[in-house]
Amino acid sequence: MAINIWDYVISFLVGGFICFLAQILVIRTKITTARILVLFLIIGMVLEVFNVYAPFKEFAKAGASVPIIGFGAGLARGAIMATKEYGILGIFTGGLSASAGGIAMAIFASFIFALIFSSKSKRGGH
Amino acid sequence: MNKEQRNANYNIYVESKVPKTKAWPSLFKAFLIGGIICAIGQGLFDLYGFLFPNLAESELTTCMLMTIIFITCFLTGLGVYDVVGAWGGAGSVIPITGFSNSISSPSIEFKKEGVIYGICVKMFTIAGPVIVCGVVGSIICGFIGLFI
Repeated sequence: MAINIWDYVISFLVGGFICFLAQILVIRTKITTARILVLFLIIGMVLEVFNVYAPFKEFAKAGASVPIIGFGAGLARGAIMATKEYGILGIFTGGLSASAGGIAMAIFASFIFALIFSSKSKRGGH
Repeated sequence: MNKEQRNANYNIYVESKVPKTKAWPSLFKAFLIGGIICAIGQGLFDLYGFLFPNLAESELTTCMLMTIIFITCFLTGLGVYDVVGAWGGAGSVIPITGFSNSISSPSIEFKKEGVIYGICVKMFTIAGPVIVCGVVGSIICGFIGLFI
């Protein structure tokens, strides 16, 4: 296995920088979690549509695919690829089938762990 | 005192009471946490590349993201991720861990309201907009894909 230290350094720096930009937004505008996730998701989609995401991921490795930008780009890429392959049907099936793994795991794991664990929050008082 | 002046005074009062986020430390923390999560992702990617050499790069990425999502849900259940989130700010939101935490955190929080109306409904209070925008956006991208 060829472990390239540079991959880790660049992942750290690029991933960190994206979060740094997001934190500036949080401080300046007091943007909510849902809005900031949607904003970066859409940025990822736009990057993918303009063919910028692929070279960016080639450069930044996990620094590009772990932030929610990568999730948005995956949705967009899935839809575009499926459209080229299956035509009109692909427009509707492509996005979700490309990101199915992540969404399914998030829902499944959340459901299971919600059954197992109880809230640690002290504010509820229940 | 007229109404406008009272409102202005109230805004000044609120401004003075809202806890100030110190800019530079929080930016540094966001950078650090976000960077560490991405570096962990790269580590998992390399690990899966070693374990399953015949998978394509996109499949390895999916495996890596699914593993991170699973671990985050587990850490949220333990209450560890809340600590990371409070410390790291946007650094814990922007990586896919933030998406995962936004699903698992309300589902654990609202467990006491029952499985259907608690866990299943509240699961999507924050992640719902993300999934809706994702699906709508991907369909728009698909239409664009017809022409490029």
